[in-house]
Amino acid sequence: MSDATADPRFRRKPPKRPIRLSWADERIRGIVWQILVVGIIGSIIWWLWSNTVHNLEVRRIATGFGFLNREAGLPIAESLISYEPTDTYFRALVVGVLNTLKVAVVGIVLATFLGTAIGIARLSKNFLVSKIAAFYVEVIRDLPLLLQLLFWYTIMQGLPGPRQAMQPIEGVFLSNRGFKVPALVWEPAHTAALVACIAGIVLTWLYARSARAKQMADGQPRKIWPAAIALILGLPVLTWQVMGAPWQVDWPALRGFNFRGGMSISPEYAALLIGLVTYTAGFIAEVVRAGILSVNLGQWEAAQALGLRHGQLLRLIVLPQALRVIIPPMTSNYLNLTKNSSLAVAIGYQDIVSIANTTLNQTGQAIEGIAIIMLVYLTISLSISLFMNWYNAKIALVER
Amino acid sequence: MHQISRPGFLRAIGAAMIAAAVAMPAAAQQPAAGGSSPTMDAIRARGTLICGVNTGLAGFAQPDSQGVWRGFDVDYCRAVAIALFNDPDKVRYVPTTAQNRFTALQSGEVDMLARNTTWTLSRDTSLGFDFPAITFYDGQGFMVKASLGVRSASELNGATICVQPGTTTEQNLTDWARANRIQFQPVVIERLEEVVNAYLAGRCDAYTTDVSGLAATRSVQPRPAEHVILPDVISKEPLGPAVRHGDQRFADLVRWIHFGLVTAEELGLTSQNIGQAAGDARPDVQRLIGRTGDLGRMLGVDNAFMVNIVTRLGNYGQMFERSLTPIGIQRGPNALWPAAGGLQYAPPFR
Repeated sequence: MSDATADPRFRRKPPKRPIRLSWADERIRGIVWQILVVGIIGSIIWWLWSNTVHNLEVRRIATGFGFLNREAGLPIAESLISYEPTDTYFRALVVGVLNTLKVAVVGIVLATFLGTAIGIARLSKNFLVSKIAAFYVEVIRDLPLLLQLLFWYTIMQGLPGPRQAMQPIEGVFLSNRGFKVPALVWEPAHTAALVACIAGIVLTWLYARSARAKQMADGQPRKIWPAAIALILGLPVLTWQVMGAPWQVDWPALRGFNFRGGMSISPEYAALLIGLVTYTAGFIAEVVRAGILSVNLGQWEAAQALGLRHGQLLRLIVLPQALRVIIPPMTSNYLNLTKNSSLAVAIGYQDIVSIANTTLNQTGQAIEGIAIIMLVYLTISLSISLFMNWYNAKIALVER
Repeated sequence: MHQISRPGFLRAIGAAMIAAAVAMPAAAQQPAAGGSSPTMDAIRARGTLICGVNTGLAGFAQPDSQGVWRGFDVDYCRAVAIALFNDPDKVRYVPTTAQNRFTALQSGEVDMLARNTTWTLSRDTSLGFDFPAITFYDGQGFMVKASLGVRSASELNGATICVQPGTTTEQNLTDWARANRIQFQPVVIERLEEVVNAYLAGRCDAYTTDVSGLAATRSVQPRPAEHVILPDVISKEPLGPAVRHGDQRFADLVRWIHFGLVTAEELGLTSQNIGQAAGDARPDVQRLIGRTGDLGRMLGVDNAFMVNIVTRLGNYGQMFERSLTPIGIQRGPNALWPAAGGLQYAPPFR
């Protein structure tokens, strides 16, 4: 709003009054109250802090973060970065943070897709589809998550042992040691192809934008998919061919106690991911359903009257309006999924809580350990919140 | 049926309790310099001893079919209750996991831990604990399924091994693997039931913990012969009760209850014959049963405390036979020194 349209009452400055050193003066009262409140809160914090430090000393409980540089000596089953038990506690904690992120990020993406699909399914006119979706939502939402995680973990453990592993497809093994799949031996050419693919996506997006701008100008729709295929698929394949087309597959094979080679997904990770995704999807489905139902029926009818097909109707008219309702509760669900991943300790997935707990147990520094856990979750949660708030502001109704 | 617990939540409460406990007014927390013991005073005022025990380990601490806690560790809780109240039932048992036991003791949630806890230097110093006595000499071993055909731990290269977190077990395992150049895949699960389930379900090739714990776990399986405890012992695990550092009087009491039990076995006093010990002329016996020496009073309890304890619980050997012999644990290093060549030995009870 510009100054010209602003309410004139707010533009006028209040007349200056001399400050009287008296309780009757509103400003003096305000200052006194504020000093009092800040002082009380400050002294409570100081009192808690000094007593904590004093009592830790009296009980000879070690304090400080010096333990972070000590050798951890704890085994970690899966890690995104290289880790040995001889590494420091700090590195062990970083592994824990990455493990938490690994399950949270993948979980959020999968839960969003599954939840949206179920939410739309529940609105389906097909009786069977909508009832199955409703049944799913009610069952999943009403059972405690921990119970579900233990359920999935028990199922994972019920798979046959590695020597009797199921082999649904050549080279893919299902056993109680996890899922083993063949892995590509990674070469620089693959990295280059990946970069080319990302570049292709960006170029496609730019092309689509300019095509839309031109359509705005002359009304002619332009085909985007030929360019998309060429850029997103053709470019990486070409890059890979130019760099010698390396293609060597590492097949998992049973050697000794266990499988060697290939890529693996541990039963703990799989159980946690499946549990979190199915659980959170139940909530997301309801959020999506509420969002879609919030769009006025008149909007649907108007879109149909314009001759839009069902897909276009959802994509162009309903979803953009529904998203405004969906995003804020969706943020809460993403935060819940991330925080719920701390239940991993129950089924032996070593996330930040598990590793920080072991650390605080071995070093005995509970306050520092808990502080680290809180800091990590706070950072992750605030990042999610910030991103979602930015996205929310971006898609918010622009009043013209 | 799984017992549902919320480990994260419980620990959060535990941590909050630590914060609350350490933030209490400093004066109330000062350990007494001379006569009184804040822990003993608190127990007496409350009327019950709060004892942190295992969540359920056959032979050491497990509720029986009536829900009464039984076992070797539990007997130490009962012994302390007898010393303080002359009543073995004035104990509230708090089941603690390997991970939350220290928080429970530090925060004052429990008065003492009687929960096969290994005495180490860092626990004795930086955790703020005291370990009054070693009640059970143990060592870490491995259990595998007999069908696996493994005869020694050195054959475990490449194996998946189940282990509980937050214990010395975890560190011993990595030390041993490094020293012997053995690669292994860990599966780290906090709750005892869950980690044993994972082993039984075949998620792991081997399960590692103290040999006594392995024996206890094996004894409760439907077919114990299907599991083999490997002969290798990879660590020293002196187990005993733990109390908070700073209350020496309470630590003294727990320490001398254990030594009293060992002394009773040395002197041949059992739950059956200690009633007639008044007629025994040996000065050692007269001191133990509190007729001379005023020793109980020095510890802040009744002079006849050892008579009361041994009458109800038996001596060290009887406690061992009642709880641990049935699950297949031999006296071994826990036999008396020098009589039976073991390590259990009490300083003079005088």
